[in-house]
Amino acid sequence: MGAGSLIMLFICGVAFAGGGIALSWVLAKSSPNTAKGEAYECGIPSTGTSWIQFNVGYYLFALIFLVFDVELVFMYPWAVVVKEVGMVALVEILIFMFILFMGLVYAWKKGALKWM
Amino acid sequence: MEWGDIIYKSILVVCVFSVSLLVAMYSTYAERKIAAFLQDRLGPNRAGPFGILQPVADGVKMFMKEEIIPDVSNKALFIIGPSVAMFTACMTGVVIPWGTELVIGGKHYPLQVTDVNIGILYLFGVVSIGVYGIMIGGWASNNKYSLLGAIRASSQMISYELAMGLSIVALIMMTGTLSVREIAAQQVGWHWNVLYQPFGCLLFMICAFAETNRAPFDLPECETELVGGYHTEYSSMKLGFYLFAEYINMFISSAVIATLYFGGYNMPFIGRWVHDPNWMAILGTVFFFCKIFFFIFLFMWVRWTLPRFRYDQLMNLGWKILIPLALLHVAATGVVMWLTGQIH
Repeated sequence: MGAGSLIMLFICGVAFAGGGIALSWVLAKSSPNTAKGEAYECGIPSTGTSWIQFNVGYYLFALIFLVFDVELVFMYPWAVVVKEVGMVALVEILIFMFILFMGLVYAWKKGALKWM
Repeated sequence: MEWGDIIYKSILVVCVFSVSLLVAMYSTYAERKIAAFLQDRLGPNRAGPFGILQPVADGVKMFMKEEIIPDVSNKALFIIGPSVAMFTACMTGVVIPWGTELVIGGKHYPLQVTDVNIGILYLFGVVSIGVYGIMIGGWASNNKYSLLGAIRASSQMISYELAMGLSIVALIMMTGTLSVREIAAQQVGWHWNVLYQPFGCLLFMICAFAETNRAPFDLPECETELVGGYHTEYSSMKLGFYLFAEYINMFISSAVIATLYFGGYNMPFIGRWVHDPNWMAILGTVFFFCKIFFFIFLFMWVRWTLPRFRYDQLMNLGWKILIPLALLHVAATGVVMWLTGQIH
């Protein structure tokens, strides 16, 4: 039942996204030329490709995000059952979160959170 | 599954889909009108009475304009990017409970497309896929500004997702369920979660602004630095999809804020006057939409009031303020629940 409606909405979404692009393909006129085909970077001719290595700062944030996101996923099932399990669960998660927080402080002190 | 159920589900899916599109469409009009109002201008007023047909005109224009795909771009990914953004935006509305349930001929029809028991995780999952739409589109354009905009967008969205997830954890501790419908049902009367977790609600709302790339967090399309951000190279309907996806996301975020923290379809005191379940359901839905429109207005109000952050300020706010605060908030919620005897 649930999966059926999800699939229905999936089809609606794909149809709308695909249909919109197809329709504008049909309706819009096209007169391509070399100047239109260039990348627009403030009007000056662009230098080289932009598929290059970029600032490592973003990469560091992505790494820390990955660590925290995985730990966040562990907290969801815990949060659902915390009332039933009781005190033990609370103490355990506080220890877990303390370690998590220390991880954040470590990354902070190492300068990983500093924006260049 | 009977035919009746299939027809009812189809109608519901089509309704949810078209209502999200309609609201998103008129949000563009509302945004321009509200911006005009806040800046002492008139706003769109030529197409139809009070410019009410302006979104239609915009839509037609989007379809008719020439599509330019840069020669230097990766063509397949260039088309896939906006499609993914649009598609994920449409998929999120499915778990929102739009109302209680209609009773027709002794059968119950809940006003929700599907009650996934991990509704909140589903929302998070689909919203996260939205980052791919921006990242793919920005990268495929082969334009330095697009690339920068896309990287900014993705690192901003993942940063704020953490604080958002943590503020939800505190909420789930209290509600004990991941089903959006049950969370809405628990807030009957005046038991709105915002009264129990005002701070969590504030955190969640700040993160929702950042997740939808709205001002003051609209760094990805910061025109003073990045031309047009990740959609610099886009034109015609593909540009329309990016803009439209933003408005659908705003609508869904408002619905999520209203459901999780502001009682969803619950209307205080309604039980005193109305007893018919069908009228209750309809009035609840109307009231829910009033809340949603209020939050959409709030999104716009903030956009035209606050200036944009600088990028390092944005990252500092996310990592050095919101995440530690959200962690503390989870711990504090646990301790308070223990003190009040909810955890033994």
